[in-house]
Formats: sequence, C-alpha cells, structure tokens
Amino acid sequence: MSKIENKIPQGPLAEKWSKHKSDIKVVSPANKRKLDVIVVGTGLAGASAAASLGELGYNVKAFCYQDSPRRAHSIAAQGGINAAKNYQNDNDSVFRLFHDTIKGGDYRSREANVYRLAEVSPLIIDQCVAQGVPFAREYGGTLANRSFGGVLVSRTFYARGQTGQQLLLGAYSALNRQIAKGSVKMYTRHEMLDVVVKDGKARGIVTRDMVTGDVKSHGAHAVVVATGGYGNVFFLSTNAMGCNGSAAWQCYKKGAWFGNPCFVQIHPTCIPVHGDQQSKLTLMSESLRNDGRVWVPKKKEDAEKLQKGEIGPNDIPEEDRDFYLERRYPSYGNLVPRDVASRAAKERCDAGFGVNNTGKAVYLDFKYSIERLGIDVIKARYGNLFQMYEKITDTDPYKEPMMIYPAIHYSMGGLWVDYNLMTNIPGLYAIGEANFSDHGANRLGASALMQGLADGYFVLPYTIGDYLADEIMTPKIDTDAPEFKEAEKAVTGRLEKLFNIKGTKPVDYFHKQLGHYMWDYVGMSRNAEGLQKAIDGIKKLKEEFWKDVLVPGEMNNLNPELEKAGRVADAIEMGILMAQDALDRNESCGGHFRDESATDEGEAKRDDKNYTYVSCWEHKGEDKDPVLNKEDLVFENVKLTQRSYK
Amino acid sequence: MADKILNKLYIKVWRQNSPKEKGRFETYEIEDISQGSSFLEMLDILNDKLIRDGKDPIAFDHDCREGICGMCSLYINGRAHGPDREITTCQLHMRKFNEGDTITIEPWRAGSFPVIKDLIVDRTAFEQIQHAGGFVSVNTGGIPDGNAIPIGYDDAEEAMDAASCIGCGACVATCKNSSAMLFVAAKVSQLAKLPQGKVEAKRRARNMVAKMDELGFGGCTNTGACELECPKSISISHIARLNREYLTAKFSE
Ligand SMILES: Cc1cc2nc3c(=O)[nH]c(=O)nc-3n(C[C@H](O)[C@H](O)[C@H](O)COP(=O)(O)OP(=O)(O)OC[C@H]3O[C@@H](n4cnc5c(N)ncnc54)[C@H](O)[C@@H]3O)c2cc1C
Ligand code: SF4
Ligand code: FES
Repeated sequence: MSKIENKIPQGPLAEKWSKHKSDIKVVSPANKRKLDVIVVGTGLAGASAAASLGELGYNVKAFCYQDSPRRAHSIAAQGGINAAKNYQNDNDSVFRLFHDTIKGGDYRSREANVYRLAEVSPLIIDQCVAQGVPFAREYGGTLANRSFGGVLVSRTFYARGQTGQQLLLGAYSALNRQIAKGSVKMYTRHEMLDVVVKDGKARGIVTRDMVTGDVKSHGAHAVVVATGGYGNVFFLSTNAMGCNGSAAWQCYKKGAWFGNPCFVQIHPTCIPVHGDQQSKLTLMSESLRNDGRVWVPKKKEDAEKLQKGEIGPNDIPEEDRDFYLERRYPSYGNLVPRDVASRAAKERCDAGFGVNNTGKAVYLDFKYSIERLGIDVIKARYGNLFQMYEKITDTDPYKEPMMIYPAIHYSMGGLWVDYNLMTNIPGLYAIGEANFSDHGANRLGASALMQGLADGYFVLPYTIGDYLADEIMTPKIDTDAPEFKEAEKAVTGRLEKLFNIKGTKPVDYFHKQLGHYMWDYVGMSRNAEGLQKAIDGIKKLKEEFWKDVLVPGEMNNLNPELEKAGRVADAIEMGILMAQDALDRNESCGGHFRDESATDEGEAKRDDKNYTYVSCWEHKGEDKDPVLNKEDLVFENVKLTQRSYK
Repeated sequence: MADKILNKLYIKVWRQNSPKEKGRFETYEIEDISQGSSFLEMLDILNDKLIRDGKDPIAFDHDCREGICGMCSLYINGRAHGPDREITTCQLHMRKFNEGDTITIEPWRAGSFPVIKDLIVDRTAFEQIQHAGGFVSVNTGGIPDGNAIPIGYDDAEEAMDAASCIGCGACVATCKNSSAMLFVAAKVSQLAKLPQGKVEAKRRARNMVAKMDELGFGGCTNTGACELECPKSISISHIARLNREYLTAKFSE
C-alpha cells in the first residue's frame, strides 16, 4: 500500500487556506515566462485555469476535443451556481455553505477542501460579473438569488436556465483574451491520448489531431487535467455525447490514483428512455419538484393499462393515485434529495407501477399547482422547460403530467488529488469534475459550477506555483526523449490495433452493452451478487470488444468512430473499477446504495466505523487487480449524523 | 403512447471525404424509424447500418444533443437546423417528417466555413472573431464586489438575450451574403449593454467587424433571414446596436 499525503495544512479550519497561501512558494514573473503548462480540457475548470495561468505569465497550451472551448459540457448546466454571499441577509455564511456541502456529500469529503471551496465562492461571482456575465438582477439592479435542493438559504446565482452557458462564455472570453495575447495557445479538435511521465514527474501529453489523425507529443513543466466527468460509462446519461473519462483513465494507468470511482449521481427528473434508438437523456431541472407532485397509480391494473396505452393519466381518479414521496417522506415530500427521489421511483417501477410503455417512468404532475396558482404563474416559472419537454415528447405538460425517470448525471469520483489539487504524480493536477474532491458521495445542486471555477480561478493558480517554483531550472521539455517516443508509439499502436480488428460490431453496440451492465448492477441500488455479475460480465465484454469491434473509415482522417472506440475501450475498464469500488464499499452513502446496508424501512444506512475513507485505487498493470489505498477522513468541525427525510 | 414508425425514408446526403475532394450527394434508404427519435438518432441508425455494411459512416458534428453547445449544424431540406422554429438540429424530431419522405442534408455552405468531411465544417473563423475583442479586459482577482455595479433589470435581460447565442453559424449559413453580422452583434451588444463592457465597446466593435471582414464573411444587407433561422431567436436589433457602436468608433478615429 502506498502512503497518502493529502497536504492538508495544520491549524484551525477557517485559517488553513490563508495560512497555506502564505506558506507556499511563488514564481517570479521573469521565471514564469520560462515555464510551460498544459491544460487539457477547456470547460469551466480548464478555461478558467488556462486564462488565469496565462494572465500570470506562464506559457499555456490548452486542448479540447470540440471545435471551440465554448462547447464544453459545462455549457449545459441549467440551474445555477452557489456562493456564500449572504446577499439575502438570510444568515448564510462560509461555514453554512461548507456544512451543507459536507452533509449533502454524506460525510465522505474532506473538511479542509470543502471549507476552502466555500471561502472562495464569493470571489467567483465578483469575477464573473466583471467579465460581463449577465446574471439575473432585481429591479434595483442588485444580483438576484434562488434557492436549491437540500439547503435552507437562498444562495444560488443564475442566468435564466442557462447559467452554465453564461459562466462558460465568461471563462471563454477570458481565455480568448489570452489567446489573442499569445500567452495561451489553443488546440481545438485535439484529443489527449496519453500523459507522459519522466523521472517520476508529469512532463507532457500525447494528442491526436482529430482532423488529420496526426499523433504528436507536447511537453510542459506541469500538466493540468480538466476533462470533466465519466457519466458516459453508463451509455445513457445527461452528459454530452463526447464526454469521457479517458484522459483521467490514462493518468490512472500511468500511476495516478482514482478516487471513489463508484460515486456517481443519479438525477431523478430526466425525460425517460423512449426506446432502444435513444442516444442520450435530457435533464428536466430539479426546480420542477417545487411545484410538481410525483405519483404512480395505486392499482397495478391501472398501471398495466397505462403501459399499453389504453388509458391516460387523467383517467385515473384522485383516490387511485399513489403520491409515494409524500406517503413515504411526509416532512420533505416531493423535495427529498436527488438520491432518495431516484431510488423511490425505481422501487415503484420495479414493483410494476411504472406508467409508460416500458414501465420505466413516473408522473410529475402540475395539475395541482396550476389549480392553486393559476396557469400563468406556472408558465412564468417553467415556461421554457415545458416547451423543451413538449418538443421532445410531443405531449403538453400543462394538460398531462410529465413523465420522468432517473438518469446518470454527474460523477463525484475522479482522479485523487491532494489539497493542492495535485495527483500523486508530481506535476500532474486534476480540476473540475475530473477530480474526486469536494462533493463526497453526493453533490448538491449548483455546486459543480462553483467547484470548477474555484479550482480554475482561485486555487490552482496559487498551488501550482508552489510546484513550479522548483522547476525554474528545468529547461524546455524535450519531446524527443525516449519517454515521449514510447508513449507516441503506444498510442499509435493502440489506434492501429483498434482499427485493424475489423470485427463485426460497431462501437456503439459495446457501449450499449456496457451501459446495461452498469445501469442494472452498478446503478441506483447495488449488491454484492449483482456487482460480481457486472465485473465478470464486463470483463467478458472487454474480450469481445477487442476481438470483434468494427472501426470503419481511415486512420489519418477525421474519424468519429475511431475516437469513440478509444473512449469505449477505456469506459469498459472504468466500469470494472467502478463495480469493484462499489463492491468494496459495503455501506450506503449518498448516491451509493447497497441493498445490504439499509434500515428496516429500506432507507440508506451509512457505516462510519468502517467506511469513513476515500478509496484511492492504484493501477498495478494490465489485467492485474488494482490495489486499494485508503485515505481516512477526519472530521473535527462537523458531527456525523444519519440523514433522515421522514 | 408508442410513437408512430416511419417504414421508409430516403436520406440524400452530402458526402465529401476531405476538404480537397469534390463532394457529391448520395441517397440511402432507411427503415423503421420511430417518430419519437431525434433527427441525429436517425443518423446514428443510418450510420450503424453503413458501418455494418462495410461503408464509411456519415460524419456530422454534435455533442450536447440538447440545443445549447452549438456544435450541431446541418442544412436540412434547405433550412438551417431543419423544418422547425427556435431549435437546433439535435432538438429536431422525426415527427416533423412523413412516411416515404426524401430528406436532403447538406453542410453549412459558406466560404468562411470550409467543409472538413461530409457534413462537418470548419468554424475556426468564429473563434478568430472572438479573439479580436469578444471579452472585457479584466484579469482574475482584484475585482470589486458583484453588487458594486448595479445593473438594471431590463439591461440585464437584454444583455442576456444577446448572450444566448450558441455560436452555431446558422445565421451565416442562411444569409445569402454569408454575413456573420448577427453572431458578431450578439457579442458586441451583450457587452455594450453592461457597464463592465461599455468601456471598450467601440474598440470591440471596430476590431471584431474588421476581423469578420478580413475572414471573408459578407456584408449585411438587412434581409433578416438570420433572425428567422437563429435557433436562439437573436434579434437583428442587436445588429443595429452594433452598427451604432461601429459608426461612433469610426467617427472618433
Ligand atoms: C445537464 C446538466 C446540467 C447541470 N446543471 C448544473 C447546475 O445547474 N449547477 C451546477 O453546479 N452543476 C451542474 N451540472 C454539472 C456541471 O455542469 C459540470 O460538473 C461541470 O460543468 C463540469 O465542468 P468541467 O470543466 O469539469 O468539465 P466540462 O465542462 O465537461 O469540460 C471538459 C473539457 O475537457 C475536454 N476534454 C475531455 N476529454 C478530453 C480529451 N481526452 N482530450 C482533450 N480534451 C478533452 C472537453 O473538450 C472540454 O473542454 C450539470 C451537468 C449537466 C450534465
Ligand atoms: S446568432 Fe443565432 S444563428 Fe448565429 S451563431 Fe448565434 S445562435 Fe447561431
Ligand atoms: S449538439 Fe449541442 S446544440 Fe446540438
């Protein structure tokens, strides 16, 4: 087992970050010019980091797989971004945001990291305002707030239902300014395919130019991975089609630990799967649960008729409707946290009460709030979401309840990082959704945007200096070094191998199979037997993939199937690790529910005595079992309690 | 409520293996498409079939598939983003089509957006226009409190309207002059509406327009086609604001 140094500074919680900042080293402007930094990924985390590092004077090279940084999946975030501004005078504070986040994460994150996140959160809002992000305003001209699930204060800033878009465009504009100045060189349509480690330090990456197919090395004094989450291991998710965990996986295979891979978030309100032609799932904002009531029929024969399309929801009389969230959780009702709402929907559908043709949907009904508040109020609150729903499903949610079902949405797990956001490989950093830090076993709404920008604007630019200060004597990294040549050879070799299999099945076939294993056995509820089934099944799938995948097109041309093949090959391996991690963690916490660890009423039961740790998985070689290192979580400022929403 | 199945469709699509090669149309038959499928899912199915038949699948750009990243494009039956209003191609559903239809799919056609492969075009020119001035010149940190700059509700809303642009390029593809005015105006107008952006408004307008011209986009002759086909309904009133900023910038030179 490897030793774990999380670099958490000593001292009282509230002073750790300022003390740390005064203790760490800084690099002089003259020396910054000599230092190269690679940033892979230009979503919120990567764009904010690349822009800030460029401003500081480092030579930055940034990469993304789309044709523009503006298209990173951060763009799709709807609801908002949290910050402890206390603008509403409702007694919000850094401590309260810290506490909500720790508790929301079901006590599986680090106190020091989360406190720092809360501490820098107000700066993010100031920064974005200065960039021209058009946040919602009150008539008096001040910034407006809304409230979000799981908290008692109003601290969420938003720009209509397009907060992620506006924040990303803000970071993108800061990045563009640096590109124009020449301090950042941007490589679009470039995919990272390996990280290069030389003498124990991260020294660069290997990329494929997605237009020409050229495989090339890039050297740097430090590498920052900001490549987003791995929800797409499940095939169907609210992620974009190109989202992938591959870059993180390449780091893992070069020795970086993977933290808490089994922690993924399942969002309860997504538009259900319509059939096997489906390619992705669309989120319906969490805010809808404020005014919608969730129900399924009480009688199974009604459910069966609904499934066959013989009757519609409005044919079911009031007394035959089961408002199961209100029934099971009278105090929180329809507003229970995401994980609880998701499991409850699955429970009803598994019991045969699902309401669409596949039996995998529940109703979210606005009839009652329309009666209470009038249709205009509902229109003003949710008009754009209702329109989006109608475009996709062709049913009018003003007249008929929406149909919803849970879907994979976010990955809390990711590359393990220390307090400085550095992985256990010196010089290799991970920020944004790509790292494991801050959200524990469950993320609160509006906190991912906050974390991405905190990492990129206000944490990494400081902490990376501490490492780079010792690199000022290191000359430009020579990409002709054998380590780079070997990595290039390995990358090309793997691409050729994929390409030359010339099997019988397209990549998507395997991705869908993987998705079935993941959703059925590593999804909303997990147990030892199912997880073992997943591990064995996915291992077989891996063999089949490498024998029978069919990649068309040309190697040295734009080839989306070849790109996908590489990502799915990685996703298959990630799926195995996720199942192994879920198998190890025989407790229920946050988004991770083990059937074996439940109360008599079927609610999640945490096991603090045995599982208050971060699992840090260490790769030991192809087809060898990985080793589990454990970072114990120490709580000095909060008391661990069981969550209850009854 | 199962969706209706379209038994047969004819997909007439632009094929072009590389920028240098001359392109051509090819027609494929496709069967059993649920009207509940999205347009891009229909292309996925067609591609699956092409791959299994040993052919090269059709390359097209896409990512979020929920109308916000601006990656998808496609000129469908002569319209940017296809036969529906206020949506992107990825939000288009097959219920807009009928049994036996021939659907013609082309890439964005504009000199400044060269074809890379099949339906994928190179929109780097849009990036270059943003580099020329699509930002407020502030560094990270040392910023006053967010509420130190009050912004009226209506100004914030109008800035937000303009900021909704997703950079897809439908405006250029639709415009008979291949002008990028709506795209440029959206950025210039968003920032000109806000006190933070006001300071550099004139310089920004001048630099972004100069870059647009340099990159070979056409001039604006006020046909208004861009506004009609813009998936985010960006209003041409922003072009008027851009023109004002641009003219005063020119006068003050
Ligand atoms: C539908 C939806 C709604 C959401 N709503 C909210 C919300 O309201 N509030 C909130 O706080 N959070 C929300 N989230 C979560 C939040 O949006 C994300 O967690 C966050 O934006 C991730 O940012 P990121 O910068 O880490 O990654 P991303 O934005 O995903 O960026 C990843 C970057 O990495 C690049 N990349 C990936 N792989 C490679 C590779 N191999 N080589 C090169 N480049 C690569 C991509 O091109 C991209 O630039 C939502 C998420 C979804 C899916
Ligand atoms: S103005 Fe409209 S059509 Fe043009 S790029 Fe922006 S969103 Fe697309
Ligand atoms: S794929 Fe993102 S807008 Fe269409």
